[in-house]
Amino acid sequence: MNIWIAIIGTAVGCYAVKLAGLLVPAHAVERPYVRRLAALLPVALLAALTAEQTFADGAVLMLDARAAGLGTAAVALLLRAPFLLVVAAAVVVTAGLRAIGG
Amino acid sequence: MTQHIALTDQTADGTKKPDAAVVRDALGVGVAVGLSGFAFGVTSAGSGLGLLQTCALSLLVFTGASQFALVGALAAGGNPFTAAAGAFFLGVRNAFYGLRLSQVLALPRALRPLAAQWVIDETTAVTLAQPTRRAARIGFTVTGLSLYALWNLTTLLGALGAEAIGDTRAWGLDAAGPAVFLALLAPMLKTATERAVAGLAVLLGLGLLPVLPAGVPVLMAALAAPLALVAESRRGGRAGGDATDDPPGPDARRAPRGTGGTSGAEEGR
Repeated sequence: MNIWIAIIGTAVGCYAVKLAGLLVPAHAVERPYVRRLAALLPVALLAALTAEQTFADGAVLMLDARAAGLGTAAVALLLRAPFLLVVAAAVVVTAGLRAIGG
Repeated sequence: MTQHIALTDQTADGTKKPDAAVVRDALGVGVAVGLSGFAFGVTSAGSGLGLLQTCALSLLVFTGASQFALVGALAAGGNPFTAAAGAFFLGVRNAFYGLRLSQVLALPRALRPLAAQWVIDETTAVTLAQPTRRAARIGFTVTGLSLYALWNLTTLLGALGAEAIGDTRAWGLDAAGPAVFLALLAPMLKTATERAVAGLAVLLGLGLLPVLPAGVPVLMAALAAPLALVAESRRGGRAGGDATDDPPGPDARRAPRGTGGTSGAEEGR
């Protein structure tokens, strides 16, 4: 039940902001501060999520094969690899390291 | 003309783009990203969500980063409200995409509730790269349609396959989520401010992880954004310039100032 609450809440909220963007007159959010914040908020959230999903297991910090996978993804991004290849590289390296190291 | 350049975003060649070329570009993005719904399906099912719940997320939420974030927070034991709040904040950027797209696409009001679900990173990127309104509309529709169809299909396949795959960690699939986030994040790290925000957010997110309930550290890390803005305006204030009023940054490209609100959509057609 808890999971359904989270799903419905996220679905309604995410659809509402998409629709709001299409319906709201542009000048309503033209203020530079609002625009800057909107551009920086995803940066902060994505960075924190990337770090937590790479270095955390529950509430414990740990360094494991995921870090090597993410490092590979970073290299692939620097080499301008396509999106799918970036994700695949991270998965393959992580799986490979676990297969070797157990 | 300024509007025209803003729409084409550096790739401006001034000439008309054939419809087939727009469709090809749009399909390239739609198919590549659509296929990664498989990773979401597997991740979601591996996190303990049911088949129906996993598919509902892709059908109803349809913004990848928010979906991965929600599933990750729930798997980490976060309560549903903080998990949904984190996913929602991540989706707020779509409102700003929509704002820009409504000018470029000039959709009839009746169509907007339908088009809204397709307002995401990828459709925005493809649409804003087109030189004309016709190309923009084709790009938006083809990217949206192909990505939505494939993303949902591969989500279903991934969720169904998750059991057959067994331990998703052994297959390295727990690295898919962070890799997706990094791929979305990388193009945003253009200026020092953005890098500072990312660095501070990582420190806050990891530093608070052991002491706060699951899901909350990511929300606290979001504070890096307003903190950086305060620091930026302090610096700009001391320099005495007008830097605070018009900071250079990637959003200046997305929503160029000086084109005005009313006439902007009509120019450059």
